[in-house]
Amino acid sequence: MTIIDTRLPDPKRLISGATGEWEVIVGMEIHAQISSHAKLFSGASTAFGAEPNSNVSLVDAAMPGMLPVINEECVRQAIRTGLGLKAQINHRSIFDRKNYFYPDLPQGYQISQYKQPIVGEGVVIVSVGPAKDGSFEEIEVGIERLHLEQDAGKSMHDQHPTMSYVDLNRSGVALMEIVSKPDIRSSDEAKAFLTKLRTILRYLGTCDGNMDEGSMRADVNVSVRRPGAPFGTRCEIKNVNSIRFVGQSIESEARRQIAILEDGGTIDQETRLFDPAKGETRSMRSKEEAHDYRYFPDPDLVPLEFDQAYVDALAQHLPELPDEKKARFMEKLGLSEYDASVLVSEKAVADYFEKVAEGRDGKAAANWVINDLLGALNKAGKDIENTPVSPDQLGAIIDLIKDGTISGKIAKDLFEIVFSEGGNPGVLVEERGMKQVTDAGAIEKAVDDVIAANPDKVEQVKAKPTLAGWFVGQVMKATGGKANPQAVNVLVKEKLGIDG
Amino acid sequence: MTDLSLTELTIADARAKLRAGEVSAVELTDTYLAAIDAANEKLNAYVAVTADKARQMAAASDARIARGEAGALEGIPLGIKDLFATEGVHTQAASHILDGFKPRYESTVTANLWADGAVMLGKLNMDEFAMGSSNETSYYGPVINPWRAEGSNTDLVPGGSSGGSAAAVAAWLCAGATATDTGGSIRQPAALTGTVGIKPTYGRCSRWGTVAFASSLDQAGPIARDVRDAAILLKSMASVDPKDTTSVDLPVPDYEGAVGQSIRGLKIGIPKEYRIDGMPQEIETLWQKGVDWMRDAGAEIVEISLPHTKYALPAYYIVAPAEASSNLARYDGVRYGLRVAGKDITDMYEKTRAAGFGDEVKRRIMIGTYVLSAGYYDAYYLRAQKVRTLIKRDFEQVFEAGVDAILTPATPSAAFGVADQDMAADPVKMYLNDIFTVTVNMAGLPGIAVPAGLDAKGLPLGLQLIGRPFDEETLFRTGHVIEQAAGRFSPKRWW
Repeated sequence: MTIIDTRLPDPKRLISGATGEWEVIVGMEIHAQISSHAKLFSGASTAFGAEPNSNVSLVDAAMPGMLPVINEECVRQAIRTGLGLKAQINHRSIFDRKNYFYPDLPQGYQISQYKQPIVGEGVVIVSVGPAKDGSFEEIEVGIERLHLEQDAGKSMHDQHPTMSYVDLNRSGVALMEIVSKPDIRSSDEAKAFLTKLRTILRYLGTCDGNMDEGSMRADVNVSVRRPGAPFGTRCEIKNVNSIRFVGQSIESEARRQIAILEDGGTIDQETRLFDPAKGETRSMRSKEEAHDYRYFPDPDLVPLEFDQAYVDALAQHLPELPDEKKARFMEKLGLSEYDASVLVSEKAVADYFEKVAEGRDGKAAANWVINDLLGALNKAGKDIENTPVSPDQLGAIIDLIKDGTISGKIAKDLFEIVFSEGGNPGVLVEERGMKQVTDAGAIEKAVDDVIAANPDKVEQVKAKPTLAGWFVGQVMKATGGKANPQAVNVLVKEKLGIDG
Repeated sequence: MTDLSLTELTIADARAKLRAGEVSAVELTDTYLAAIDAANEKLNAYVAVTADKARQMAAASDARIARGEAGALEGIPLGIKDLFATEGVHTQAASHILDGFKPRYESTVTANLWADGAVMLGKLNMDEFAMGSSNETSYYGPVINPWRAEGSNTDLVPGGSSGGSAAAVAAWLCAGATATDTGGSIRQPAALTGTVGIKPTYGRCSRWGTVAFASSLDQAGPIARDVRDAAILLKSMASVDPKDTTSVDLPVPDYEGAVGQSIRGLKIGIPKEYRIDGMPQEIETLWQKGVDWMRDAGAEIVEISLPHTKYALPAYYIVAPAEASSNLARYDGVRYGLRVAGKDITDMYEKTRAAGFGDEVKRRIMIGTYVLSAGYYDAYYLRAQKVRTLIKRDFEQVFEAGVDAILTPATPSAAFGVADQDMAADPVKMYLNDIFTVTVNMAGLPGIAVPAGLDAKGLPLGLQLIGRPFDEETLFRTGHVIEQAAGRFSPKRWW
């Protein structure tokens, strides 16, 4: 296979070594657990956090004479994901056996797809940024393939002084292995790619993307070269389980390789592990120790076949994906690229925003969601799924500003009350007397009081009309901020005899 | 001494007597249990006898017969090859590595039999993991063929791997038996014991709950005393099964109805490539007899060519071990069966598998591992799969040309001696037993072995008929013609 280099070296991504500039080349293999109730080839549950060995069928435990039966929902999820990655869907694919011995692999082989995967080449558009000037750069990361495979169980080495225990709950759970092309050129790009991929999977509902529960893990292939030189020898960092660690592992691995090369050494192709505590990678096994997996087509399973109509039906019900949503937010709702990017980065946030924006000004809704809601959630350590302020509540607050019931300033106070105490914004405004004073008589009296109490200022304003602002401020203060600022402004000028 | 004559009834006859109330299922079962008790020490056909369970099942059958709810096999006592999972009962594929294994599930094939009212007598001996052609690789020792050469006391093999099934049926230790066939494991022992064995089309019987040897070749079928009994048994064993995606969703025909139907006008192919070098004259003569019987019954005889036949055996001995090497990886001492402690996990694996598998199984795991290894896969496994496609096409072309069934010898010889020195010295000699049968597995076709005569020493020989996919009916029709012409053959009791 020839790997095509799709990108030109860009000085801003290069790493400086002792002897000059280096370019880092990254490709990733992401294992994403498919969201499905049952496993890939058995009816056992996939629920996370169950008692060890409680979600295990006879097939998952590889009892003698058991046979795998494909779970069609997992096939649909793989096709949906392929469509979301704008990838080629293969109407015929083959399941193979990958043979190796390990106690958490009961069959002695993993059922995977080797030569004929269900999904072929695709592409992910990754937005990298924002830069200091607020701009984003869009890069394309090619997808090599996506295939279906079984997860293994879990060995537990900390349960007994001399023995290891095995939990087979995860054994046979469906995974999608998504393989990128080596199109990534920095740790930031890698993190952005993984984030974007996770966003797409979550939009599609094909993987929950919870890396801390192990439902998404990345193998990261890293090599370095002089800008424009041929690809170097790569090392694979196995099972990195957070986006932050992906970034750290690439940084440290690139620097390790650069140091070796600058010392006149060569890179050994090997599998490495990232140690988050030390922030560095260490060798796991060399190429010579690599397994011979003896792949061959699984004779227990017939080829997986479906027609274009099957794919079309799934494509028809595909949700709007982040790229399309972002474009719509910018075009139809007039949002800035930054605001649109922030809002679509999580489907739940985008959904929340859309509910708030419905029938209201998009920009105002975006400002409230991004600046106030997300800010408050972040401060409270909550996420959008358990926000204390519902879209209806936030919408009501925005409506109260729009119809002049409250001022923007009061609205911030109201938001804080709703966030911490809950309640109906309209009712709260009434009960707590937060309503903006629009009663002309009441405002006029307040203006008159301020003028009467400050004859010296009245004298000064005649010489310097801009001092009218001081009067407005005093009136607002006197009314507890509830007076309509425009009305106060008009009245003050009128009473002081200043022209609009 | 119990009167054992009840055990000589065919399934069809026993069925009639049970329904007519002339004999009870309990009585029939007890007679078989007595026969097993008297013979098993010498023949070693059973590795486990489930007497209590058999009597319970028989009593339940009697109750159903009394209520007029008799199933197709109501009260018929059967032996089950140790390869089929039977709930709570010895299921070890005659291997040490499955020591003490009693599954908590029932194979689809046996569940089908029990649903039709059959009674389980016990589990039958076999070659370990169905690997062998003489039933000598069993952890439980060889099965002895109830047949002996005239004037000889030498122990002969019953063939394999379903040697226990064939011997038990021939020696009246069960009315019929389940068996499996990966390269000839039903047909070869049937031929060597004077019984009828049919390997149905791949996908006709579910493989769920049957310990796997080579998944793309394994297929269950019956061994019985005559063609009609084989038809009755297969009808109950066969089914589509959602738990086996290689099983096929086609209705199961009334096979018994095909027995006795005329074969007038059928076209029977005689493949010239099966006339192998050094074939004994007796086999040649037997084959010619079969041709004559077919012609006499009104069939048209045509010479056909299956040009890739000679590659079948070598290709088979790549594909089957390759699949076996992977299928047998699960026997690792971790979850069930034998475990031999070791200093670490790898040591435990190695010690367990070294102690648990016999020599022939180890040989095939090594061959299979080798042919799948990086650098050898294309030369061996991939090429063998290509050969398989060509073999399949050979048959397709013959059937497209209008041939209804193909007649061949079943085996290259009659039963040979236990611990035969020639075969022990050269495993390939043993593998040659499958020369006429493996092509059928490679092509996924149905094949039946029917007794056709005795050799000069008085030992049974069989003929094989090969049919179109899912046309087992034609095999029962044509097989019945041979049976009618050749007569039936039974061993003399010496045990």
